[in-house]
Amino acid sequence: MQEAIAFTPQIDASSIARWLWLIPALPIVAAGVIAILKQPRRKLASSLAIGSLGISLLISVAAFAHVLSGWSHGHAVRETVNFSWLTVGTQAVELGWILDPLSALMLVMVTFVGLLIFIYSTGYMEQDENYTRFFCFLALFAGAMLGVVISNSILLLFMCWELVGLTSYLLIGFWYQRPSAAAAARKAFLTTRVGDIFFLLGIVWLFAQTGTLLFYDHGAGSMEPLALGGLLVHQSHWGLTAAGAIGLLIFAGAAGKSGQLPLHVWLPDAMEGPTPVSALIHAATMVAAGVYLIARVYPLMSAGAITHGEAPGTTTALMVVTWVGASTAVFAALIAVAQNDIKRILAYSTVSQLGYMMAGLGVGGVAVGMFHLITHAFFKALLFMGAGSVIHGAHEEQDVRRMGGLRKYMPVTFVTYAVGMLALCGVPIFFSGFWSKDSILESAHGWPLSRMPYYMLVFGAVLTAFYMTRQVSYVFLGEYRGHGHAHESPRAMTMPLAILAFFAVMLGAIGTPAWPWFRAFLGNHAAEVNPHAFAEPAWLMLLLTSCVIVVVGLGLGWWLYGNKSPRAEEPDALEKAMPPVWTVLANRLYIDELYGATVIAFYYWWAKVADWIDREVWGDLVATITAIFKGWARLNRFLDATMVDGAFDKGCEEIYNGGGVLARIQNGRGQIYLRLLAVAVVILAAVLIWSGRR
Amino acid sequence: MTPLSAYLVVAALIFAIGLAGALTRRNAILVLIGIELMLNAANLNLIAFWRYGPHPELLSGMMFAIFSIAVAAAEAAVGLGLVISIYRHAKTTDLEQTNRMKG
Amino acid sequence: MGFIFYLISAFAVGGALAAVLLKNLVHAALAVTIAFLGMALMFLCLDAQFAGFAQILVYVGAVAILVVFAILLTKGSEVPIEGVFSKSWFAGLAIAAGVFALLAWAVLRSAGSLPDAAAAPEVTVKDIGNALMSRYVLPLEIVAVLLTAALLGAVIIAMHEKEGAKQG
Repeated sequence: MQEAIAFTPQIDASSIARWLWLIPALPIVAAGVIAILKQPRRKLASSLAIGSLGISLLISVAAFAHVLSGWSHGHAVRETVNFSWLTVGTQAVELGWILDPLSALMLVMVTFVGLLIFIYSTGYMEQDENYTRFFCFLALFAGAMLGVVISNSILLLFMCWELVGLTSYLLIGFWYQRPSAAAAARKAFLTTRVGDIFFLLGIVWLFAQTGTLLFYDHGAGSMEPLALGGLLVHQSHWGLTAAGAIGLLIFAGAAGKSGQLPLHVWLPDAMEGPTPVSALIHAATMVAAGVYLIARVYPLMSAGAITHGEAPGTTTALMVVTWVGASTAVFAALIAVAQNDIKRILAYSTVSQLGYMMAGLGVGGVAVGMFHLITHAFFKALLFMGAGSVIHGAHEEQDVRRMGGLRKYMPVTFVTYAVGMLALCGVPIFFSGFWSKDSILESAHGWPLSRMPYYMLVFGAVLTAFYMTRQVSYVFLGEYRGHGHAHESPRAMTMPLAILAFFAVMLGAIGTPAWPWFRAFLGNHAAEVNPHAFAEPAWLMLLLTSCVIVVVGLGLGWWLYGNKSPRAEEPDALEKAMPPVWTVLANRLYIDELYGATVIAFYYWWAKVADWIDREVWGDLVATITAIFKGWARLNRFLDATMVDGAFDKGCEEIYNGGGVLARIQNGRGQIYLRLLAVAVVILAAVLIWSGRR
Repeated sequence: MTPLSAYLVVAALIFAIGLAGALTRRNAILVLIGIELMLNAANLNLIAFWRYGPHPELLSGMMFAIFSIAVAAAEAAVGLGLVISIYRHAKTTDLEQTNRMKG
Repeated sequence: MGFIFYLISAFAVGGALAAVLLKNLVHAALAVTIAFLGMALMFLCLDAQFAGFAQILVYVGAVAILVVFAILLTKGSEVPIEGVFSKSWFAGLAIAAGVFALLAWAVLRSAGSLPDAAAAPEVTVKDIGNALMSRYVLPLEIVAVLLTAALLGAVIIAMHEKEGAKQG
């Protein structure tokens, strides 16, 4: 159903849905205004950014409330507003936005966490001279991310996706004078680009097969049963259906953005950007965009699944998602064990947790993966901002071996950081991380195809607890090994920390088996309160497993690192225990080197070949053509100078000489004149006589 | 009587001889002599045509010849005067050397 | 009487030839006098007695003498060293031959249509005098003027210039 270009809303869209476009539009407009401001107008810039995002938050909350009320009254809310952007012949490019539980949830999360980070940035970036530019980019990023979240058209989603990638590049390379920062920004952009190519292929294929760009369009959208049925019928290569193949292509795009296994290399390097950037983009929002994308196209991913009892069925696409996710989780956790930069540990931790989310989507469905995404957003943002506070307090020191004992100097930071760390480790009951991780483990346990992901995820959880304990011991416990005097951070920085810590604890309440509100909300069915769920043997088994995981991880970490404060030059405790393992892990399993030797080396060789072709082949061609033209010009000049000019000159010369010859008749001798006269008379007479004879 | 053409041929011959002399001799006086011969030949032509033509009693041919003789005499006088004048300036009557009109 | 004609014409033509070919100028002047005489005899043959006698009077008596005087005054009696003919005498000869050829050819081609001799005309000096005074009075007067002008002109041209006058 295509509308005319002037946008006319759907009949059933509520007023809040019609105004939904304001949510991303306001920050983008704010970014535009900030872009034309002069640098010294810092207060105005940050106020604009914070203000616009604040209003977006209010609208998001209103939208969420609308969806909530709809849900509580028992009817599923899915309101779309679609319009045609441009029409080419009979085809129209449709854009639009959607308001349903998933998008409402993401809206609230992104605006809320974003707002906190914006406020935090006013304190963190206070000394920086490019304050205004920072807020411009931040606002632009927020607007783009919100655009991704509300988009109902896969094309609009891709456009905002690319914009998110662009702002990520701009923000990672914010301190562009540093060559490492510029290189990291470029690496991020290019790596995600590789994923985006596959994503684009998936979009094109999806559009070609289903004929529509919209996800939901009153039965005609690409995520709706009619289109999905058509996709399932179509067979593709290697036994995949079209649905499976498109799903895999889209997952490739998500893998790039969310740092899954082969394309994860950019995330740790992205820590070159300022800490608020790391917190916002690489913990809470942008990396979550990949997970959100999979959640959004979940009907496509799970089309044709065969159900086994209660657990949702699996398709080839979801299988790939699960394996990749589980592998990433373990892989990144292993590397995080051997890192020394405070932000890098958190970066690898993020990659690992993203693997968890993907695995959760694969084994457990949208609710499972999204729950972990929401909780992770809060405590990872908290951890990053805490790390920023630590860096700020320790005078821009980022190596954990030069920190220590900050518990005494930065108490607020310590407490909030500890809360975040415990949430990440999945310490049972009290912390939200436990509930979200636990539901993933529960689904993995029940996965019909294999137990392997479950074991991998458990191992990953142990490692998570281990390296987080290591980090906290290095940073906050023991003696201070740094330089200068450490101090607590300003209120602008600690306030958001406290708020996030609160949520890191309380959010667990919405996902317990006793009251599975989250799952019910996303699945559009009622949530009943059932305290007896806690007594089920399956759940108790899992609780026990998690306790064991946490104890083992924390215990190992405490045993090796505990209250000790090794000097920076001393080898790490683990390194003393298992040197070869340590070396491999510290070098990040040599993935970057592998890429450098293969892909990048090939690229440089190819660039050389292209250059050679350009210089030699095309260059010679151009030179030949030039030479031909020059030769032609020379020939022309020769012809002109010698032949034309020569002929002309010769002619004139001959006339001159002829004149000279004729002048000799005037020799002044009368007899000669007389002779000429006589000749003339003879001739004349002859002519007369002859003509007279006729 | 001898035919008219004989007289005419003789006249032509004398004319040609006079012309040859005027064209080839170096001395200016001989050029004048050649001219006189040419005039004479023309006079002979006139008289011959008068004699053989119709109405000789009108005397037109003879008159023409008489006036021609008179004019020739005048012309000879002036011409020879010129030759003498040139001789005084150029110290020679050789026509090959008098080419001051050379252009 | 063809024989008389050939004799007289040989006289005239021979005199003319001699006049043109002789190296000595005086001899040439005398030869041309003979040519004039021959011409006068020709006139007599053609019954133009008055013209013949006028010829003798003027040409032989005046022009020839004038030529001799000029030769004497320009010291032409010595034979010049370089030769009497111009360097390109052949061209001149050729042209003259060409003229003769043309004239002779014209005459001989039309020989058939030329008129025959009529009876000798009865012309007396009285007739000539009458004609001069009546029909030809104007040319007579003009010739008189001409002769006067020629006389004056010749005198002026041949006169010695005063010392100090510009070269002409």
